Amino acid sequence: MNHLSDNALAARVARDIPDGSYVNLGIGKPTHVSAHVPEGREVIYHSENGILGVGPTPPDGQEDPEMIDASKRFITAAPGASFFEHSDSFMMMRGGHLDIAVLGAYQVAENGDLANWATLDQKFPPAVGGAMDLVVGVPTIFVMMRHTNRDGSPKLLRKCTYPLTGLGVVNRVYTDLAVLDVTKDGFQLVELTEGNTVADVQSATEATIHT
Amino acid sequence: MDKRCKDLAEAVDPIKDGARIMIGGFGSSGIPFGLIDALLENGARGLTIIANNAGAGETGIAKLLKEERVAKVICSYPRTPGSIWFEKRYEADEIELEIVPQGTLAERIRAAGAGIGGFLTPTGYGTLLAEGKETRVIDGRGFVMEQPLPADFALLRAEQGDPWGNLRYHGTARNFNPIMATGARHSIAEVRHLSPAPLEPEHVVTPGIFIKSVVEYKVRP
Repeated sequence: MNHLSDNALAARVARDIPDGSYVNLGIGKPTHVSAHVPEGREVIYHSENGILGVGPTPPDGQEDPEMIDASKRFITAAPGASFFEHSDSFMMMRGGHLDIAVLGAYQVAENGDLANWATLDQKFPPAVGGAMDLVVGVPTIFVMMRHTNRDGSPKLLRKCTYPLTGLGVVNRVYTDLAVLDVTKDGFQLVELTEGNTVADVQSATEATIHT
Repeated sequence: MDKRCKDLAEAVDPIKDGARIMIGGFGSSGIPFGLIDALLENGARGLTIIANNAGAGETGIAKLLKEERVAKVICSYPRTPGSIWFEKRYEADEIELEIVPQGTLAERIRAAGAGIGGFLTPTGYGTLLAEGKETRVIDGRGFVMEQPLPADFALLRAEQGDPWGNLRYHGTARNFNPIMATGARHSIAEVRHLSPAPLEPEHVVTPGIFIKSVVEYKVRP
């Protein structure tokens, strides 16, 4: 089976982000999407900690400790950026003002349920952050993740087994193996990573893939 | 009017055992490190801390946890790289944790400051974090009833302040600071520059009415 690299996956997601979009990138893999947006498109990135217009990483030595994104990485402000406090920031998220959010996930179910904030391991304290606000408020939710867990167990399920972040919220899933839309009938194949067959991807997926 | 304190110790002096304290900041930015150190010196224990994170490394909220001053943490994202003191206290069952989705945390604080008696939010509907809460379905959409989250004190960090308590911020250090200023009965601001002259009214982000005292702390993290 062929697996897209993390970089190629970020580039694949970036292709689907239209010019002029307001986008929130979740922590982890989704943060790499901004580096791959095709030339000529202006995309404005929102970070929940109070900036619209996240710019590139500053050069070494020019980091400002009070300029960070949600992943706590140093950032700059892009032209046209603005700063605001937390309730305004979440007004943008919950109030339907952003266009797209790209999130990581532990599990996605065929009805669009998302689990990405807590596992069943009681030793680890849960940490929800802004995920639950994003999924209820942003009209288009892209999930970007490995198709399976490290041990090969599936992450695209009939029903999530981990605590849910939101119910029926995911629109599209991008994995190293395929791109799938969540429809009323379940997962609908959009495209396969080059060289993979439907049977390959189905074998790594608990839910049924419709073609 | 002059809300200036002579030092950090004087600013945190009213804080006693068992206080509920909001602490501004997100990650390491916008955290009032000077006031937190003064609170450690002050010695108050059994505190409830309301903040986005639960500290990392050995500074700020992590230091309060390390020194066993905290009974309860109300936050959205306690587990961050380096949050070892939180994890230690949590695993040993030495602190209580209330997890609140970040936007709900912000809005509950805002509600406390705005005199709002609770609100309906779609955030968390159908999840573990809505368990035990009143819910309602409006036009087919589920909502969770959330309550205001007031505090006795807020410890805040701003870039600039004046004797009237007016504040302005720098970059992403603003985050929770302006709403926490409104949600606590006694809000204390640590500012990098405390000017004797009034701030330009057009530039004020937090109006002085929300601030009880302001103290200069030049150190930048």
